[in-house]
Formats: sequence, C-alpha cells, structure tokens
Amino acid sequence: MEVKIALAGNPNSGKTTMFNDLTGSNQRVGNWPGVTVEKKEGRLKGARDVVIQDLPGIYSLSPYTLEEVVARSYLVNEKPDAIINIVDGTNIERNLYLTTQLIELGIPTVVAVNMIDVVRKNGDKIDLKKLGAALGCEVMETSALKGEGSHEAARRAAELAREGRRVEAPSVFDGSVEHAIAHIEESIEGRVDKRYLRWYAIKVFERDEKVLEELKLEPGLWKHIDEHISDCEREMDDDAESIITNQRYAYIARVVSSAVKKKQSGLKMTASDKIDRIVTDRIAALPIFVVIMAAVYWIAMGPVIGTPITDWTNDVLVGEWCMETVRGWMEGAAVAPWLTGLVVDGIIAGVGAVIGFVPQMLILFVMLSILEDVGYMARIAFIMDRIFRKFGLSGKSFIPMLIGSGCGVPAVMASRTIENERDRRMTIMTTCFIPCSAKLPIIGMIAGAFFDNAWWVATSAYFVGVLSIVISGIILKKLKAFAGDAAPFVMELPPYHAPAAGNVLRATWERGWSFIKRAFTVILLSTVIIWFLQSFGSENGAFGMVEDNNNSLLAAVGGAVAFIFVPLGFGTWQATVGAVGGLVAKENLVAIMGVCYGFAEVAEAGDEMWSILAADYSGIAGYSFMVFNLLCAPCFAAMGAIKREMNSPKWTLAAIGYMCGFAYCMSLVIYQLGGLILGQVVFGFWTAVALAVLAGMLYLLFRRNPYGEYGERLRGKRASANA
Amino acid sequence: MKTLKDAKVGETVTVVRLHGEGALKRRIMDMGVTKGTEIYIRKVAPLGDPLETTVRGYELSIRKADAELIEVR
Repeated sequence: MEVKIALAGNPNSGKTTMFNDLTGSNQRVGNWPGVTVEKKEGRLKGARDVVIQDLPGIYSLSPYTLEEVVARSYLVNEKPDAIINIVDGTNIERNLYLTTQLIELGIPTVVAVNMIDVVRKNGDKIDLKKLGAALGCEVMETSALKGEGSHEAARRAAELAREGRRVEAPSVFDGSVEHAIAHIEESIEGRVDKRYLRWYAIKVFERDEKVLEELKLEPGLWKHIDEHISDCEREMDDDAESIITNQRYAYIARVVSSAVKKKQSGLKMTASDKIDRIVTDRIAALPIFVVIMAAVYWIAMGPVIGTPITDWTNDVLVGEWCMETVRGWMEGAAVAPWLTGLVVDGIIAGVGAVIGFVPQMLILFVMLSILEDVGYMARIAFIMDRIFRKFGLSGKSFIPMLIGSGCGVPAVMASRTIENERDRRMTIMTTCFIPCSAKLPIIGMIAGAFFDNAWWVATSAYFVGVLSIVISGIILKKLKAFAGDAAPFVMELPPYHAPAAGNVLRATWERGWSFIKRAFTVILLSTVIIWFLQSFGSENGAFGMVEDNNNSLLAAVGGAVAFIFVPLGFGTWQATVGAVGGLVAKENLVAIMGVCYGFAEVAEAGDEMWSILAADYSGIAGYSFMVFNLLCAPCFAAMGAIKREMNSPKWTLAAIGYMCGFAYCMSLVIYQLGGLILGQVVFGFWTAVALAVLAGMLYLLFRRNPYGEYGERLRGKRASANA
Repeated sequence: MKTLKDAKVGETVTVVRLHGEGALKRRIMDMGVTKGTEIYIRKVAPLGDPLETTVRGYELSIRKADAELIEVR
C-alpha cells in the first residue's frame, strides 16, 4: 500500500535538511497550483512506497497567509496518511504551537524534536515520554543535519499510517471553551469527515472565514453556535480567535515547564547572539552589509570569476565549440543552407544565449543559498526594511535589484527568497528596470552618437532605472491587486549557523535546473520565431532566405509597426527592428541596427553608425530610444525567468505588459516634453498626450492610498476595534 | 497607555493586551506574542525601524507600526 506522509514544521526548523535526508535525489520540485509557493515531493529512501510531501514552512494554520492556506488545504483535502511534525528543540515553545494545531486533524502524527544535538550541547533535557503523553502523539529525537533519527521517524510514521489508528487530541483549552467546542462538534457532525471533526469545530469557534464558507451552515444553526461563542467571548473578554491562541500557548507553557529542563535561563549570550550584536549593530550594520553585498556582486558579476565564466560559456563553449562544429558538420554534409541556419543560428544560438547565463547564475545561487542558510538573509530584510517598504517592496528586494545590474535573469530568480507573495511579485515586475550589463552597448551607442560620450548618459541610465522602481513601487502598491489585507511585518531572525553544503548545492541545482528547462521551451520557441522573421523574406520577387537583412520579414514587420514609435521620436523601421531584435538578447540590438543601416559588422557600441544616427535622429529622440529599450520587456531569457517565478500566465503578461507600458510612457514624456524644453520638438497632439500622461503619473504617485498606508491601516483597524 | 513602541532598548516588558483584529492580531499572536508574554527589546535596526526583540526564547523582528498595537507594562 502506498503511504503519503506530510512533512510539516516552522520555517528554520531544519525541515529542508530532513526532507533532503529522507528522500535523497528522489525529489520532484514544482509549485503549488496557481501560487508562487514552492512544492516539493519525494519518495523515502529505501521504501519507495512511502511518498513524502514537504509542506511550506509555517507557524500556524491560520487562514491568512498563502503558505498556511496551501498547507491547510493539503492536510484537509488530500488527507495524508500520517504527518511528521518537525520541531526545533532549541525553540520548542513556539514550534509546539503549530503541533497543537496539527494534532487536532486526527491524522497519526510523529513529532520529531530536531536539532537535538544542539539541545544536548546546551545541557537542556527534553522528556520525550511526558511530551508525547501531553500531546497525544509519538515524539522522537532527531538531528537532521547529523543524519540522526530522521529515518526512524519516517519509518514510525509509515507504521502508524498503516495501522490507521484514530488519534485522540488532548484537551488543550479551558472548560468553557472545550464545552463550546464539543457543542459545535455535535452540531456539525456528519457534515465533515469524521477524522477532522475536532479541527473543524475549533475553526468554527475561531469564526474562520474559509471554513465557514466551506461548511455553509444554515443561518439558524450558525446563530445558535454563534451565541455559544459569544458567551465564551464575554466571559473571557476577548475575541474567539485570540482565546484559542492564548490558551494554546498557555497549554504549551504548562507542557514545556514539566517536560523540558533548561540548564540556563534565557539571557545568556550564545555565539549567535554575539555575532548578531556586531552584524546588526546600529553603526556597523550598514558598512558590513555593503561589504557583503559588494563581495556577492564581485564574485558573481566581477572581472575575476563571474565575467570570464560567462564569456567563456557564450563565446567558446556555445560560439566556437557548439555553433561552429555543428555548422562545419552540416555544411560538410551539404545540408540545405536554411536548415543549417535554423539549427545553428536559430536553435543553438538561441538556447546558447540562455545557457550562457547558467554558470553565473549557479555561482550567484551558491552565495544566496549560503546567505540564507547562515541566517543573514533575514538580517538583510531587517536592515533594509525601512527603505524598501515605502515602495511596497521587501528589504530582501535589495538583492534582486543589485544582481539586476549584472543580469536580469538571476535577479528575477533571486526574488524567490522573499516570503511575501505581494512583495515578491512587485520585485519581479520592477527589478529588470535596472540596466543589466547587456544593455550597456545600447547606452554606449546613444552616448557616442548623440552626446559625445558624456559621462552623465550612463549615470542617468541607472538613475532612470532606480527612479522607475521607486515610481512603480509607489504606484503599484496603491492598486487593488497589491494592496490586499494589511499584514503585519513580524519576522523571525533565526540563529546564525554554519551552512550545510548539501542544502546549498541542492538549492542551487534546483534553481539552475528549473531555468534550464524553461530555456528549452518558451525561450527556444521565441528565439526561433525571431530568427525566422530575420532570415526569411521576399528578395528579387521570390520568398526565401534573404541575403540582405533589409528585405527580411522582420524589416517588413518593423516598417509596418514603426508608426507606434513616432510619438517617441524614433519611428523608423531600423529602430523598431533593433528593439525587437533586442528581445533575443539586449546586446543584439546594436548589431541588428548596424545591419539595418547597411554595415556588415559594427563595434560593440556601434561606433560606425554614430554619424548616421546623429543625422537621422535628434538628441532627445536618441535618449528616448535608450530609455525605452532599458525599461521595456527584457530579453526572452529574463521573460522566461519571470514566467517561471510568477507561475501564472496572467501575472507574467501583467508584468511584461506593465514594463512595456511604463517604458512607453516614460519615453513619451521624455521625448515630447524634454524636446519641447530643448526646442527639438514643436508642440503638437502628442505633446498634449505626454502632458496628460505626466499628470496621470503624478496623480497615481501622490494620491492618497485608497487602501491606507501601512501604519494608517493598522491604526484604522485599531480605532474601529476600540470603538 | 504604554505600547511596545514606547519601550526602550534593553527593557523587558509584559504584554497586557493586543489591539487590532483579524489577520493583524492573529499573526502577531501566532508568533507567540500573547497576553502575559515577556518581551525583551534587544535593539533597533540601523535605520530606526524595525525592532528586534526576544520572545519565548527566539528573536522576533517587529515594525514600530505593529509594535504600537501591543499594549505592555
């Protein structure tokens, strides 16, 4: 018989380590349907009929956070045969809070008291028998990191699952609350799965919105139940949800005081405390932060490790070894030129452009995993929160944005460390505004052609990027899709500890692999389409592969849609084709424009065509062209990463659509109004539109948040609660 | 009324009552901040917000706007 075991526990309880230990390489990583929460499933090593489902790290089973809802609906709807609840033995009080909720589900549960080695080292003693008796389930000791006890716990859980014994949850609450719960149990019996009766009854007592919605109690019955709940609330002068939470913690405090003997009272300085005192010190914290971030950036993107590896992959591995070798074979075998072109210039070059990012991405993810594993990532959020929350972002958004100045692909994927889904989505939508290294040739071309290589062009490009993030953050956070419920920012700062090599490597591999898979689907297809448009067309009255790129389908399409860019000052087919070609890889833009202007090959920043550009466009049009290409949809590789991280077609389109729309608005305002001021544009219809767009943006920027600013929302709620 | 926001670094306070409702209150309570809990204020972040506290033996970071919902003595 196949057995399904759910692995549940708090974040930072060692759950990932235990999951890896239990399943080894037998893992499937994906996302829970429709949300950006990661889903992992695996088979127990040595017992392939035991499936282990890793649940998101959660503190509670409330209906308020995405992770908790995902875990809850899995536990209630998928009905696992057993639960392994991993509990951090060094932080047992808060960890047992989730345990008291899990045991109510009536599913056979094994509590694994983890990090037992640290507990022993601290000289603390946990009486497993007493703990088990109080919780009404099996309790075992584990140290996932040392590989101690995990498999015993899993085997025991599988045994319990096969026995299929019903579990009696202990009476956690006071007499009158238990009485009310028993009453509710009676009222809803037969409407829910028998096993889950107590769980549902407690949720009804808490007036849990999601459960009430599911049960659809008749108004008469609900009124009757509601009276019982209200009686309790009056008696205890608190709301039902708080009564339950309070009493759970009170129960745990009693259990812990009898079952756990602490050697030292709480206030001794541990090694972790000492590290923390320095790392988040009021004065030292920011310099330390800058040094760590500079090191991460230097290693991933810098001239010694990151750049040579990327260059080697792109130029040597893909360019020389793969492309030229395959071209040689195919030409040698006298294959039709169009087929050689498709395979070499379409497929291999397209996938290669994407694969080229992988080594750099892996290096970066090793470092991010280490930062996460040692506990510094939570401190980044702690240090940067004050700044980023103003723009609706998380303190952890800093890392994607920093990485974004190197490459948008790993930047988007680095957003996965942000817990809050709203913050994560907004980070994904805005991080590509930072000019990545592939956009530097575009900046170089504009600076050279129009501004005599002035220093301020590049500086202003970064400034435009940062400004776009700030503007977008403020505008977006006031929209309904991002406002949502006010969620308090309460975050655990886990103790520092040495990184576990296994965890770091596995996390790195998972992220890298999910990107590679993407490369062979969406990205490949888009690249091949662009290649086809660029290589085929009508020449000398016949359709086929074109010698002259200017006869290609892409040129025709560019010419047909170029009018869109007339209001931005660069409505030529050459600029349009360049912008489209930039979608394959932004550094292609310059080369493609070079071809459009009749050069076989141009330097990286397109030096050869500077004079042509300067003659064809005004300075402000050139600047507008640069801004548009910096802000609009990123390359296909980055779009693939966005799709992967958003895990929703709707949000992917919204993100890319927003970037393009925002880029268009910014360029329009810059070209029309900037041009008007500089005397390069005369006032016309589009100037008026630009004024309207600017006014609209300012309105969205400065209007009162209809959903209330963070603090306001809290105070508003408090005022209404006090009234 | 004294709230956690008014407490000084190095002080240990006891929770009297939680204000707010729904997700706000629940989330704070889920993290172990309930009536009668002792909270030790460890430090303030370098930019002045949030706070770092010790609650039930672990480190919890709370924004000042949220700390204002926690009445203490």
